[in-house]
Amino acid sequence: MQFRVEPSLQSKASSIFLLSLLSIVLAFLGSSVIFVFYRVSPWEAYLTFFHGAFGSWYALSETFKRAIPLLLVGVGLSLAFRAQVLNIGAEGQILLGAIAATWVALFSGVPSSFMLPGMFFLGFLAGAIWALVPAVLKIRFAVNEVLTSLMLNYVASNLVLYLIGGPWKGKGVRGFTYTDTFPEAGWLGTIGTSRVPYFTLLVGVVVAVAGYFFLKKTALGFELRVVGSSPETARLLGISEGKITLLVMFLSGGLAGFAGVGEVAGIHHLLRHPSHISLGYGYTAIIVAWLARANPLATILTAFLFGALISGGDALKVSLGIPFQVVSVLNGLILFFLISTELLSRYRIVWGSSRGGGAIEP
Amino acid sequence: MNLEIILGVLNRAMAYGTPLLLATLGEVYAERAGVLNLGVEGMMMLGALGGFVVTYLTANPWMGIMAGALVGGMFSLIHAFSAITLRANQTVSGLALTLLGTGIAGTLGRNWEGKTLATPIRPFSEAFLARCPILVRMIFKDIDVLAVGGVVLAVFLWFFLFKTRPGLFLRSCGENPSASDALGINVWQVRYLAVFFGGVMAGLGGAYIAVAYRPAWSSGMTQGVGWLAVALTIFSFWNPLYALVGAYLFGALFHLAFRLQVLVAPELLNSLPYLFPIVALVFVSRLAFRKKLGVPEALGKPYKRGETG
Amino acid sequence: MIDVAFHSVTKRFPPHIVANDGVSFEIERGTVHALLGENGAGKSTLMNILYGLLQPDEGEILVRGKPQKISSPREAIALGIGMVHQHFRLVNTHTVCENVILGLRSTSFFFPAEKVRSRVHALSERYGLRVDPDARIWQLSAGEKQKVEILKVLYREASILILDEPTAVLTPQEVEELFRTMRAMKEEGKTCIFITHKLNEVMEIADRVTVMRQGKVVDTFSPTSTSPEELAEMMVGKKVVSVVPKRSVSSKAVLELKGVWAMGDKDLPALLDVSLTVREGEIVGVAGVAGNGQKELAEVIVGLRRVQRGHIFLDGRDVTLLSPRDIASLGVAYVPEERSIGLVGEMSVAENLMLRGYAEPPFSQGFWVDWNKVEAYSEHLIARYDIHPPLSEMPVRLLSGGNRQRVILARELERKPKLVVAANPTAGLDVQGVEAIHELLVRAQEEGAGVLLISGDLDELLKLSNRIVVLFRGEVMGEREKVQWTEEDRHSIGLVMGGIRI
Repeated sequence: MQFRVEPSLQSKASSIFLLSLLSIVLAFLGSSVIFVFYRVSPWEAYLTFFHGAFGSWYALSETFKRAIPLLLVGVGLSLAFRAQVLNIGAEGQILLGAIAATWVALFSGVPSSFMLPGMFFLGFLAGAIWALVPAVLKIRFAVNEVLTSLMLNYVASNLVLYLIGGPWKGKGVRGFTYTDTFPEAGWLGTIGTSRVPYFTLLVGVVVAVAGYFFLKKTALGFELRVVGSSPETARLLGISEGKITLLVMFLSGGLAGFAGVGEVAGIHHLLRHPSHISLGYGYTAIIVAWLARANPLATILTAFLFGALISGGDALKVSLGIPFQVVSVLNGLILFFLISTELLSRYRIVWGSSRGGGAIEP
Repeated sequence: MNLEIILGVLNRAMAYGTPLLLATLGEVYAERAGVLNLGVEGMMMLGALGGFVVTYLTANPWMGIMAGALVGGMFSLIHAFSAITLRANQTVSGLALTLLGTGIAGTLGRNWEGKTLATPIRPFSEAFLARCPILVRMIFKDIDVLAVGGVVLAVFLWFFLFKTRPGLFLRSCGENPSASDALGINVWQVRYLAVFFGGVMAGLGGAYIAVAYRPAWSSGMTQGVGWLAVALTIFSFWNPLYALVGAYLFGALFHLAFRLQVLVAPELLNSLPYLFPIVALVFVSRLAFRKKLGVPEALGKPYKRGETG
Repeated sequence: MIDVAFHSVTKRFPPHIVANDGVSFEIERGTVHALLGENGAGKSTLMNILYGLLQPDEGEILVRGKPQKISSPREAIALGIGMVHQHFRLVNTHTVCENVILGLRSTSFFFPAEKVRSRVHALSERYGLRVDPDARIWQLSAGEKQKVEILKVLYREASILILDEPTAVLTPQEVEELFRTMRAMKEEGKTCIFITHKLNEVMEIADRVTVMRQGKVVDTFSPTSTSPEELAEMMVGKKVVSVVPKRSVSSKAVLELKGVWAMGDKDLPALLDVSLTVREGEIVGVAGVAGNGQKELAEVIVGLRRVQRGHIFLDGRDVTLLSPRDIASLGVAYVPEERSIGLVGEMSVAENLMLRGYAEPPFSQGFWVDWNKVEAYSEHLIARYDIHPPLSEMPVRLLSGGNRQRVILARELERKPKLVVAANPTAGLDVQGVEAIHELLVRAQEEGAGVLLISGDLDELLKLSNRIVVLFRGEVMGEREKVQWTEEDRHSIGLVMGGIRI
C-alpha cells in the first residue's frame, strides 16, 4: 500500500480537532523524558497528573480555579490574534490589574459597597492602558509589538516587586514581602467551600460567548477579521488598522487586568510576588488561544484543558517532586506540535497507488 | 581622570555586555538568512544549564563552554525544523522554543539550584595584566579571554558576512530565497546552518553567564537577555559591528543601574534594561521602516519552491 | 544536432491539475525555439522541469542526446542550461556583480564581487547588454534588470537559454534590443527557448515554434510556413469573438485630474503634474511600461495615496483629500492590480462580496450584520456573474484566477459605480477569462460608467479604449482618441511608451 500527500481543499473542523488532540498526546509522550530523568515511571506520572487534575472534587475545583484567568485572558488574546496583533504582554497586564485592585482595596478609601466594582473597573483599565503602550508604538512607529509587550512584562514584574518590598509592604508581615490583607469587602465569593470564585467564572463564559458573536455577527468584528487576514485589503476598503489594533489591545489587556483582579480578590486577598499572582497565565493563555484557533467559544474548552494542565502539574510537584516548570515544557511542546501539524491540516494523505513522484513538497 | 572613567565604564560594559553580544551575533546571522528566531532566551537558558552542569561535573570550564554552545545549537534545530522544513509561523515557533527551553532548564536544573562553581573561567591574571601597558590593564581588569574573543568574533563575523562569498550567499537567502535557489544555492541548507549557528552562539552566551559571569546556577539566570538580543538585532541593523556597539551600550546601562542603587530602588532600576530597548526600537523602527536599513526582505517568510518572491 | 528532447513528459498538480500531459518535442542547437501558448497552457511548468525546479511525474528529458534527471537548478546549470525568469529573481539590495555571481562557487572567497567586474563588463559589451556593474538592483529599470538576468546566465556559460515571457515588461524598442541580443547569442551557437503568447514575436524571431494548449503539444514547425491567424487558432483552439465597446461618448466628465503630483514608495516623485479626464461612458486606456506611475495613479484616484499637489474631481466635486471609503461611497469602483489585495483569501465568497457593503443597509444597521440577507445576495451575484464553483461558503483562495477576478468585479460593479478604475484586470487569465472581464468592463461602460483601464498589454488597450494616454516616468507623455486603432497607432504609442515624444 502506498500513499500520496495532496493539498486538501478545505481544512475540516474534524481534522483540526484530531490534530489538536494529537499534539497534546505527543507533548505528553515527549515530556516523559523528564519523568524518566526524575526516575519516575511516566505511567505513574500520567496517573498522578490526571488524578491531580480531575480525580476528585478538590482536583476539579483546582482545575476550574486555574482555568478562569486562562479563559479571560485567552478570549482577549483570541481577538488580538484574529487581528494579527501578537500581544505577548498579558502576563504584565495581569499584574497591572492586580496592582490597581490592591490600590483600590488598601489605599483608595472607597466605601466597601463600591470596593469590588472599583477594583474590577480600575483593574480592567490598568491592564488595558498597559497594553495600549505597545499598540501605540506599533501604530505610530511601526515597532514590533511582540518585543515591546514582552519587555513590559519584566517592567510590570519589577514594579510589583518594588511595591511589595517598599511603599506597599504590609505593616504586619515582618520579613515577608507582601502587602496587608484586603478588607473582606474586597474578597470575591466562591462556589460553596471551594476556592473557585463564581463571578469571574461567569464573566469568563459570558465574554467567550460575546466574543464569538462579536467576531461572527457584527460589522466591527468583520472589520477585525479583514484586518487580520489581509491588512492591505483593509487599507483599500478604508478600514483603519490602527483603530482595530487599539481595540484588540485595549480589550485583551483589559481582560488580562480583569483576570489579575480576580486572582488577588478571589484567591490571594493581597499583593505578593509576581510568580505567585500569575503562574505564567499570560504565556499559557497564548497557547489557549492558539489551540482554540483564536475562536473565543473554543477557548472555554482549551482554557479548561490548560487549567487541568496546571493543577496536574501542581500534583506532580507535590506528590512526585517534579518541578512545576514541567508545565512550561508541556506548553512549549504542545505549541510546537500545533504549529507543526498546521501544515498537515492543509494536506490530506491519500491511500492508494502512487503515480510517480506524487508529493509536490520539495 | 576623564579617560579613567571612560575606560572604567568600557571595562564594565565589556563584562556585562558579552553574553548579550554573543547571543545577538548569532541572531544576526539567523535573521540575515531569513529566519526569525524568538527562541534566543530558551536557547540561552539551556546553554547556561549545559555549561554549568558540565563544568560542575568535569571541573573543566572550557568543556562547559563547549557543551553550552553545543546544547544551544542542537536545541535550535527544533526551530529550524518547524520554521524551515514545516514552514510554520516563525514567531510562534520561537515563542514555543523559549517556553520549552526555560521549562526544561527549570525542571532538569532543579538538582543544581543555588550551587556554585569551584572552577569558573578566570579573568586575566594579575601577572599577565602587569606586563601590559596601563591602558590595556585598565580595560582588561577582571575581564576574561572570552570577552575579548567576543570582540574578535564580532569583527570576524562582520567581515565574513559582507566581504566573502559564503557571506554573500547567506545574505541572499534572507533577501530573496527564490533568486538564490534558482542559482543553485541550497536555501534550506544555508538557513539550517544559520539557525544552528544562532543556537550555538546563544548557547555560548548562556554558558558564559553560568560559567564565567556569575558562576552559579539558578533557573531564571538569563533574566531576559535573550529577548534583549532579539531587540538588539533590530537596532544594530543586522550588522555585527553595530551589535558590538549596542551590546556594550547595554552593558554600560546595566552597570549604571547597578551604580544608581544607592539613589533609587533596585527593582525600579532593574526595569531600565527593558525600557531602554523599547525607546531604542521606537527610534530605529522609524528609520529602518523608511530607509529599509538592512532589514532582510524575506525575514520571517518561509520559503517554498515555486512561489516567486 | 538536437540540444533538448522531451519524451512524453507529464506533470500533475494534485488534486485536479495536469499541467503537462505527455509532452514530446525536440529543440535544435543554435536556434531560437518559441514555445507558444496561452496562460495556463503549461509552458512555464515544462521549462521549470527542464531547469530542475520541478520534477516530472512521467517521461524523460534528453540533453544533447543523453537522458538526464535534473533534480535541481544546480544540475541544470551544470548541463549548460540557464533560465531568465518572468518574475525577476534578483536580490534588490545587492549590486549587479553580486547578483551575477550568486551561487557560483568558483569565484574568489574574499571580495568575490570585486574580482568579476571586468568579465561582467566584457560580456555586456559583447552582447549589447549595457548596465552599470556596480549599480544596486533597486536602482534599475525593468529592462535593465532583465539584462542582469541574461548576464547571469551568460556568465555561467550556458549554451541553452530559457527566456520566460521576456517581453512582458519591455517597451517595443527594448524588445528590439532583446531580439538583437538573442540573434547575437544564436550566432555563437547558443540555443534560445523563448516562451511567449505573442504571435508577432514568434513570426519575427523564432526559427521553430512549438504550440501548446491545455498541457499538450499541438504541433512543432517552422513559423515561416504559417500565418499569425493560423497560430492563434492553434493556440486558442477556437475563434475568439471579441467585444466591441460602444463608441459614442457623452461630454460630461466623471473624473478630472488637474496637475496632480504624488510620491512613490521610495519617496521619489512618481506622478508629475498629471492631468487627465474620463467622461461618462468612456474607456480611457493608460498605456506604459510597468513602473512608470500607473500604480500610483490608480492609488491616488481611489484615495490610497496622498496627493502632494493638484486636485482630483469626481462629478465636479473635489475629492482630493477624501478617504478611500468616502471615495468608494461616491461611486468609484476599484480593481487593484494585485488580486490578493482586492480579496481576502481566507474568507468566503459571500464575505468577500460583502467587503464594501457590510456596514450598510440592507445588510446592517451599523452594528449587527444580517448574514441571511448576505447569503441571498451572494447567491444572486454568483449566478449573475457566473462564478464557479457556485458556492457562497468557499474560501476565495481556492477559486481560479478568473473566478477570483469575477468576485472582485461583481462586488465593485454591482454598486453601479460612476467610475471604474481597473489595473491590469486580465493579467494572468486564460482567453475565456480575459473575454469575460472585457465583457464586464464594456457592460459597465454601456451603463454609463467611465472606465480608467490601466494595462501593460497594449493590444488590450487598443481593443477596448476610446482614448489612450501614455504614462512615462510619471508624466502623461501623449494622448490620442480614435474610433479605430491602426498598426501605425500601435507603433507610435510604443515609441511614446519608451519615452520618445512625437
